Amino acid sequence: MNRIDRRFNALKVAGRTGLIPFVTAGDPAPERAVDLMHALVDAGADIIELGVPFSDPMADGPVIQHASERAIAKGVGLVDVLAWVTAFRERDKDTPVVLMGYLNPVEIHGYQRFAAAAVTAGVDGVLLVDCPLEEAAVLAPLRKAGLKQILLAAPTTAPARMAQLCEAAEGFLYYVSFAGITGAGRLSTQDIATRVAELRSRAKAPVAVGFGVKDAQSAKAISEFADAVVIGSALVERLDGAKTAQDIAARVDDFLRPIRTALDAS
Amino acid sequence: MPSIQDFRQWPDARGRFGSFGGQYVAETLMAPLAELTEAYLRLREDPQFLAELDRDLTHYVGRPSPIYHAERLSQHVGGARILLKREDLNHTGAHKINNTIGQALVAKRMGKPRVIAETGAGQHGVATATVAARFGLKCVVYMGAVDIERQKINVYRMKLLGAEVVPVTSGSKTLKDALNEAMRDWVTHVADTFYIIGTVAGPHPYPMMVRDFNAIVGREARAQMLEQYGRLPDVLTACVGGGSNAIGLFHEFLNDEGVRMVGAEAAGEGIATGHHAASLAAGRPGVLHGNRTYVLCDEHGQIIETHSVSAGLDYPGVGPEHAFLKDAGRAEYVGVTDEEALEAFHLLARTEGILAALESSHAVAQAIKLARELPKDGIVLCNLSGRGDKDVHTIAAREGVQV
Repeated sequence: MNRIDRRFNALKVAGRTGLIPFVTAGDPAPERAVDLMHALVDAGADIIELGVPFSDPMADGPVIQHASERAIAKGVGLVDVLAWVTAFRERDKDTPVVLMGYLNPVEIHGYQRFAAAAVTAGVDGVLLVDCPLEEAAVLAPLRKAGLKQILLAAPTTAPARMAQLCEAAEGFLYYVSFAGITGAGRLSTQDIATRVAELRSRAKAPVAVGFGVKDAQSAKAISEFADAVVIGSALVERLDGAKTAQDIAARVDDFLRPIRTALDAS
Repeated sequence: MPSIQDFRQWPDARGRFGSFGGQYVAETLMAPLAELTEAYLRLREDPQFLAELDRDLTHYVGRPSPIYHAERLSQHVGGARILLKREDLNHTGAHKINNTIGQALVAKRMGKPRVIAETGAGQHGVATATVAARFGLKCVVYMGAVDIERQKINVYRMKLLGAEVVPVTSGSKTLKDALNEAMRDWVTHVADTFYIIGTVAGPHPYPMMVRDFNAIVGREARAQMLEQYGRLPDVLTACVGGGSNAIGLFHEFLNDEGVRMVGAEAAGEGIATGHHAASLAAGRPGVLHGNRTYVLCDEHGQIIETHSVSAGLDYPGVGPEHAFLKDAGRAEYVGVTDEEALEAFHLLARTEGILAALESSHAVAQAIKLARELPKDGIVLCNLSGRGDKDVHTIAAREGVQV
C-alpha cells in the first residue's frame, strides 16, 4: 500500500486529523532542506508537501512566489528536490512526501524519467497545480509508476465536475478553501464545512483542506470536518531568514506544535 | 478532430491546436474559463453581437485600415514590392484595440463591471483602458516595473484614460510577471471581473478568442489584395511576441497554399548570445501561462528572462497556434535582432515618413529581407502592427540623444 493511504488509514483508526505542512524545497536554506523535512515530522507533520520551485507560480501568492524566487536564485531545481527526498528517506521510511509544483519542470525533465526518479527517491504523490483532470493524460507514466496524482477541488468547481474529481481522487483530494491564491483572504468556515462534508461523502479518497489556514485556531476549526489540514504560506513566512538547523527546527516547532496540539484536542 | 490540411478549423473543442494549447490552469480557474468559453462560443455566432462589434470597429477604431505600397522603401531595397497593412492607423495606434473592443463587448454581455489586463509595451494596457472608458468599465492594468520605466508615456496615457496601473515587482518585472499577477487578480475577483488578455496565449478560449478578434486584419488584407492587385501576396510577415498581430494577419490566408508566412521574433542581441525572446526559433515545447506551447526555459524547466529592445516582444512563450503552425510546417519563424529592427525603423521613417513601433520594426526588417529574395513583381505583405511614437524616448536614449 502507498504511504499516503497507509497514513490516512492510521489517522482514521486513531481518530486524528492529518497535518500537512507545505514548504518550498530549498527555502530558507538549501543545505538544510533535509533537516527541515525531519523537523516537520518531529513537530507533528503527517504528510509533507514539498514545493518544487518554479519561476512562474501563477496559482501562488507572493509569500510562496518569493520563497520560490529565493530557492531558484540559489540554483535549486527538480533534481535537487529529488536528491533531498532520497536523503530524507534514509531516516524516515514512513512519512509520505508529496511534491507540489507546476508542470513545466516535470515536462522538461521528461515524464517517464521523472516518474522513475521520483519513485526511486521515495516520493509518494504529486500535485501539479496547473494540470487539471482534463490535461492529466500526460501524467500517465507517473500514475503507472505508482505516484498518486493529488487533485484540487475549489469552491468554484461546478457540481458535474466535482463528481468527476471525487471519482478520480486518489491519495487525498485537496480542497482549496476559498477562490483565490494561496495565503490570502478570509474563509467562511460554515461554507467550507458544507462543501467538505459533501465531498467526503462522495470522494474516493480523504479530503484535505488548505489555502488560508494560518494558525491553531483556523486549523482546529477546519479539523472539525476535514480529514486533514494543509498549512503553507504562514509556515513559509515563518521560516524566512532561518539559517541553521537549530533555528529551523525551533521555528517549525514553535509554529506547528500548537497546531498539532489543537488538532489532537478536537 | 479537425483535418490537418484545414488550418483554419483549429482549435478543437478542448482548445487544442494539434498538441498545443489546452487549459493548463489551477482548479480555481476552470469554472471561470468554462463560463467564458460558453459565453464566447455563443457570442461569436450572435449576429447582434457581431453587428455591435462591427459598428465599433468602423466608427470607433477607424477600420478598415489600408494596405499601402511602400514604394520608396521597395525601391531602396531593390526587390519585390513591400506592402504595409496599416494597423498603426487604428485608434490608439496599434492592432491591439481590435481585440480589446471585442473582449470588452464580451465582458459587457457577461455582466462584468470590472476589467483587468496585463501589458508589456503598454499598448495592450492603453487599448484596454481605452475601451474600458468607452464602455464605462472599471479598469486595472498590471505592468512590470521594468516596463513601466521603459514606457512612461503609455503609463501616463492609461492613467489619463481612468485606469489604475499596478506595478509588478516580482520575477523579471516584465510582461510574463504582469500576466502572472493579472491571473491572480482574476482568480481572486472572478465574480465581477473580466480578464482581457492581450495576446493569443493563455488558456483556452483566449488563444482562439483573441485570434478571432484580430483576424479582421487578414480578412481585410486578403480582400484588399484581390481588389487592388487582383492576386494574393507571395509572402506575409509580421512580428511575433505572443503573436496576436501575426495570427491576425495569417489566419485568413492559412489555407491559401501559395502564400508563404514568416513570423519575425525578437532575436535581441542575437540568438547565440542567449539575450533574445525567440521562443519558436530557439525554444522548446513546454507549459506556460495556461497552455502548451514553445517556451524559453533552462534545464530545470524554469522560464528564463528574455531580452528585446521592444517591450512588446519581450515574452518567453508564444501563442499555441503559432507553435502548431511551426510544427505543421505552415509558417516559418525567424529571429530579427535589435540592431536590424532599429535599422528598419530608421529606413522606413526616412523613405516613407512612417514611425513604426519597435515591435513592428522587426516585421519591417523581415519584409526587407524577404523582398530581396523575390523578383520585382513579387509582393511582400507586412503587418505594420503599431506606430512608433511610444518608442521615441527609447530610441533616443539608445542613440545617446537627449530629448
